[in-house]
Amino acid sequence: MQGTLMGIAFPFSAIVGQDEMKLALVIAAVDPKVGGVLAFGDRGAGKSTAVRALAALLPPMSAVVGCPYQCDPADAAAQCADCRARSKPGGKGKKPAALKAHEVPVPVIDLPLGATEDRVVGALDLERALAHGEKSFEPGLLARANRGFLYIDEVNLLEDHLVDLLLDVAASGENVVERDGLSIRHPARVVLVGTGNPEEGELRPQLLDRFGLSVEVKTPSDLPTRIEVIKRRDAFETDPVAFVAHWEKEEAKQRKRILAGRANIGSVKVSDRELEQAARLCMSLGTDGLRGELTLMRAARAAAALDGAKAVDDGHLKTVAPMALRHRLRRNPLDDSGSSVRVERALNELFAS
Amino acid sequence: MSDGAAIWADAMIAAALAAIDPGAASVLLRAGAGPVREQWLDLLRELTPSTTAVRKLPPSISDDRLLGGLDLAATLQAGRPVMQRGLLAEADGGVLMAVMAERIAPSTIAHLTAALDTGSISIERDGLSLRAPARFGLIALDEGIDDERVSPALADRLACHLDFGAVARADLGESLFKSTDIAAARELLPQVRLSDDAIAALTTTAVVLGIDSLRAPLLACRVARIAAALDGGTDVAESHIACAARLVLAPRATRLPATEDDAGSNDAPEPCDDQPESEEDHSNDGPLEDRVLEAAQAAIPADLLKRLQDERAARTRASSAGRQGTAQKAPKRGRPIGSRRGEWRAGARLNVLETLRAAAPWQPLRRRTQPAGKSSRLIVHKDDIRITRFKQRSGTTTIFVVDASGSSALQRLAEVKGAVELLLAECYVRRDEVALIAFRGRSAELLLPPTRSLTRAKRSLAGLPGGGGTPLSAAIFAATELALAVKAKGQAPTIVLMTDGRANVARDGGGRSEAEAEALVAAKQLALTGIPVVLVDSSPRPQDKAAQLAGAMQARYVALPHADATRLSQAIMAQAGRG
Repeated sequence: MQGTLMGIAFPFSAIVGQDEMKLALVIAAVDPKVGGVLAFGDRGAGKSTAVRALAALLPPMSAVVGCPYQCDPADAAAQCADCRARSKPGGKGKKPAALKAHEVPVPVIDLPLGATEDRVVGALDLERALAHGEKSFEPGLLARANRGFLYIDEVNLLEDHLVDLLLDVAASGENVVERDGLSIRHPARVVLVGTGNPEEGELRPQLLDRFGLSVEVKTPSDLPTRIEVIKRRDAFETDPVAFVAHWEKEEAKQRKRILAGRANIGSVKVSDRELEQAARLCMSLGTDGLRGELTLMRAARAAAALDGAKAVDDGHLKTVAPMALRHRLRRNPLDDSGSSVRVERALNELFAS
Repeated sequence: MSDGAAIWADAMIAAALAAIDPGAASVLLRAGAGPVREQWLDLLRELTPSTTAVRKLPPSISDDRLLGGLDLAATLQAGRPVMQRGLLAEADGGVLMAVMAERIAPSTIAHLTAALDTGSISIERDGLSLRAPARFGLIALDEGIDDERVSPALADRLACHLDFGAVARADLGESLFKSTDIAAARELLPQVRLSDDAIAALTTTAVVLGIDSLRAPLLACRVARIAAALDGGTDVAESHIACAARLVLAPRATRLPATEDDAGSNDAPEPCDDQPESEEDHSNDGPLEDRVLEAAQAAIPADLLKRLQDERAARTRASSAGRQGTAQKAPKRGRPIGSRRGEWRAGARLNVLETLRAAAPWQPLRRRTQPAGKSSRLIVHKDDIRITRFKQRSGTTTIFVVDASGSSALQRLAEVKGAVELLLAECYVRRDEVALIAFRGRSAELLLPPTRSLTRAKRSLAGLPGGGGTPLSAAIFAATELALAVKAKGQAPTIVLMTDGRANVARDGGGRSEAEAEALVAAKQLALTGIPVVLVDSSPRPQDKAAQLAGAMQARYVALPHADATRLSQAIMAQAGRG
């Protein structure tokens, strides 16, 4: 369903149900390093609504004025070469010039179907090349999505080489452009959010595994929930401004939770016992590589930070295990028992013993 | 009033609703071209205010035209990139009329649905980036016959579904509304209120009719509002809700309303805090729901059950209706692998970017040599022209032809299914497409058109029944036909035929000897096409019948006495590599 109406996003807290999808997005907002969210599910279940709503929920961020990558003025390590050069002390003992900053909303950039590679990674700036014969770089979608979200609807229909490229950038946090005689690298710390409908074709397992979290989205099946969805949606469409105002308090609460989570996450402890539990879980499920364990721990830590907890406990592990692992199972592609069920089973076995 | 007249009466209301708010009351009209459809379109045109532009959307529209892109002529003229507006952006505030909607290409559908969802389009191509509003009403004219239907993704987003199949000319009546009514209703629309009970009634009705998508009740709510405005009221009354239920919900019904008890058990009572409250709600608006349901039920086509059965059968075959399944991969033009210098002839795709890039460095130099006055123009020489090269990923399509007849006893069939599944898994990893033809009884049936979706393959294989005669020749013909179609699309087909070679049903219903002769003829024809074939002998004790058949179709012969799937898949992979 549509995520925005005349530029106003549907409030995140007003989304009925879809708890797992919401949690996955919030975890990705607290710790972007979990590596993207993949949401597979029915049409019209509110996947894109949730993504847009989350972006509207997040507080504006401080960015360097005029920087095409919205660099953070406070974080020198993650700045682009240009910003770093400008903030460095000058050669003759000058004081570092403070970078001018302004508040910008967290970007949510849509990657439309049919987008070409040069628009995604950036390319030679045609206009300047034509007008002045000069070689300059025109940043692409990845630049615009830096420090925000890149939303790919129908990720399973996207060409494989583009998905590959995106996952590469998302994992490294940097976009390296070597084309048109340009050689540029710029920060691209992007949370990928991919959605799709498995009926229309699937993602290759190699790509699947590289998304951090994966959720299954279903249209709610019980009547009261459905009525509530329609009521809220209808109220929003009739009067978006009033509807958003009505939910502002809830939104503020949610926002506070995310901010607190971000502040806390550095101090959340992970005991050896929990690490062992995570490793055991991954072993019993037979996930390939260590990526599963890493994501599981990261996500659990973010979940703990959201709860305001000091350390990760079994509960956090249990909550995030399905979304962190279900797409990593070495699977018989024709096995009908869903991977969610298998993760659930392994969890029960692990925590029962 | 006859059925046809009732449909026409509703259709006239739908036309008025679409004229009032085309964005909310979009229409899917299933009807062949003819006087009935013409009259309805005339009516719509008459009612639609002249300020609302109506544009046509041809099914084969290119992405450039649909979304906009670089205007080549203007770009060269101006010496800087010039955008061209696409149809979707141009239709903003107006109505888009999609003719032959059942033939719209999947990529166009994707863009259309995205525009309908967000009310805007965003373009990221040709080195340009643009966002433009695109709020339009969509009237989709579905001219499909039989199971040719509009893409489900698009149909889901269209509010009123009309089918003129049962409407005769005699049913047509005069319009009930005038354009002044429309203008008045447009004024009134923003003030119309919809009660919570009404929302609950429409949602409940949707559930009872087995409509999964939440878009349906939402669209119904909007349609009910417009209906109230058309009536001149500011409150949505029962008649308006009933009207919305008839136009929006009834055509989407996937099951007939169950009796009271069944409906109750569908609600899946969940232990939650507000349970008593919601139950109270139910008893309150129970009567309203029932009346809405009744109204919807009256509008459900009489042949719903039959149609459902047909559709269910169609779904197991193709999962998505109409051309979707087969057209899914049609727009494959390969992956661009750079460009080369070349002449721009018909058929060649000019790479605008590369061309301009090639011309760019020379501009100051060329301008100097140009006569004065013309210096502002971009000077492109023939040498600068760059042509895009595509690398066609020559994907393989493996066509499984599975003998499901009685002569392959049931447990053999299970083994064959297992083998096919393993092969599917292999194909899945290699991103190949698979298709599945099963033959039993009197005919061969395409259970699964070429697809990459495992979910679908799995489903169609699971539902494969066994027993009956062995119409081997029909199967070979069907496979040949499909393989040629696949080849025409630029894919490399491989046929895997799993049978014991004992044909006993000819295409005209003849007995064993005719059937066997016909199968040999079919096999020879298949050999002529040069399509690689693997014949897997699935009989417990391999006999020379199957080997003989394999010889006739110049196929690789693999005996499968113990359903050794690993060996089988190796044989097929070897074949695919050779082919």
